[in-house]
Amino acid sequence: MNGRVTLAVTLRVLAQLRRDPRTLVLIVGVPCLLETLLKELFLGGPVFQHAGPPLLGLFPFVTMFLVTSITMLRERKSGTLERLMAMPLGKLDLLAGYGLAFALVAVVQATIVSVLAFGTLDLHVAGPRPLVVALAVANAVLGTALGLFVSAFAQTEFQAVQFLPATVFPQILLCGLFVGRDQMATWLRWISDALPLTYAYDALAHTASDTLGTRFVVDVVVICACIVLALALGAVTLRRRTG
Amino acid sequence: MSGPAVRVDRLRVVRGGTVVLPELSCDVAPGSVTGLLGPSGSGKSTLIRAIVGVQRVAGGSVEVLGRPAGAKELRARVGYMTQAPSVYGDLTVRENLRFFARVLGAAPDSVDRAIGEVDLQQEAGRVVARLSGGQCARVSLAAALLGRPEVIVLDEPTVGLDPVLRRDLWELFHELAQRGATLLVSSHVMDEADRCDSLLLIREGRLLAQATPDELRARTGTQQLDEAFLRLIEGGA
Repeated sequence: MNGRVTLAVTLRVLAQLRRDPRTLVLIVGVPCLLETLLKELFLGGPVFQHAGPPLLGLFPFVTMFLVTSITMLRERKSGTLERLMAMPLGKLDLLAGYGLAFALVAVVQATIVSVLAFGTLDLHVAGPRPLVVALAVANAVLGTALGLFVSAFAQTEFQAVQFLPATVFPQILLCGLFVGRDQMATWLRWISDALPLTYAYDALAHTASDTLGTRFVVDVVVICACIVLALALGAVTLRRRTG
Repeated sequence: MSGPAVRVDRLRVVRGGTVVLPELSCDVAPGSVTGLLGPSGSGKSTLIRAIVGVQRVAGGSVEVLGRPAGAKELRARVGYMTQAPSVYGDLTVRENLRFFARVLGAAPDSVDRAIGEVDLQQEAGRVVARLSGGQCARVSLAAALLGRPEVIVLDEPTVGLDPVLRRDLWELFHELAQRGATLLVSSHVMDEADRCDSLLLIREGRLLAQATPDELRARTGTQQLDEAFLRLIEGGA
């Protein structure tokens, strides 16, 4: 690992995003719109109070997964990855640089959406609000790491976009948000146990109800382990020599 | 330095089941401008990729500055320009070069120097996607010159450039060689052959000749280098 190179990658990714204000508006605007719709749809009632906090924390996962997989695909296709692989740049420097950049974007995204949700939409969480933001950032890094990994399997942007419903939607369906995990068929719960988003959702739900016990700690540990694992898998897919 | 800057020994490369380079051997002399010439699809880019260490190889060896190609300690000493302009379209010229300079650990002033070398001072603040194809290629070239690499490998750097600019770039290549750098420059247009100190002519993955332009003329008995290339092909067939 080389801090200078990691930072260079982070600054570059941020500079690219700055050049693309429409994407920035979408990154922040879409979760705000969806939280607002959710509130209006359920008149701010229990469903909104139940689903609002987890969604707040899961938006960055979805956004960063998509943004990262496309950015990385472009890097592979344009030849810039090949140029970087011929330079003194470690694979982990590149991955960490991406992770750091999108984590910073997630801080901004989650903070703005939180201010809206807690301030204007009267969303309530019993636990500490900054913890929701912190979990959102962790989820963003997880999304980035998985996006980097998955981008290796996409040859076109069309495929990369389709990986979102293919890999993320099942996780959202099975994480416990729609049906409690204790009410799922056993085999579904087993699958749920194996999916990282289950732990992300669980940690957010525990924060919302202020039940920050052992289970919460396990959730956070699993999320961190998944980030490391996804980055490691991502590093494996980055080949210095290609065919 | 003694010995060649680049030594390719019985290099074999297979891409997607097709043998691109069956068994290629050649040398690049230090401090020279060597032209890598051959028609499109002859294996030039593959050879170049092997020299910078990003090509998976099936056999043989490639040494650069006495080290195996792609070795970690070589990566800051070898500059590489890919065939397609591998720069970020959504960043400005200066932002692109500043990024690559940071990755290389090159001095910050190397960015402005590289911009000057490829004559893009006027465009330094412009977003690359809005530049012409030739300007884009020069940004990519500038990135390969950052940090004063000892070996500079350029894959078709002058394609689509206007003749004046092309001449200027060839002058730059010789200037860099005079300062001690070794340049390997690929091209598919034979009229650039005369601008090289030495030539590697390849066709269908095989080396037809390694010679200076004058040696090539003498050997084939013609003044025209493209004619010489033809005679080599027909003589060797």
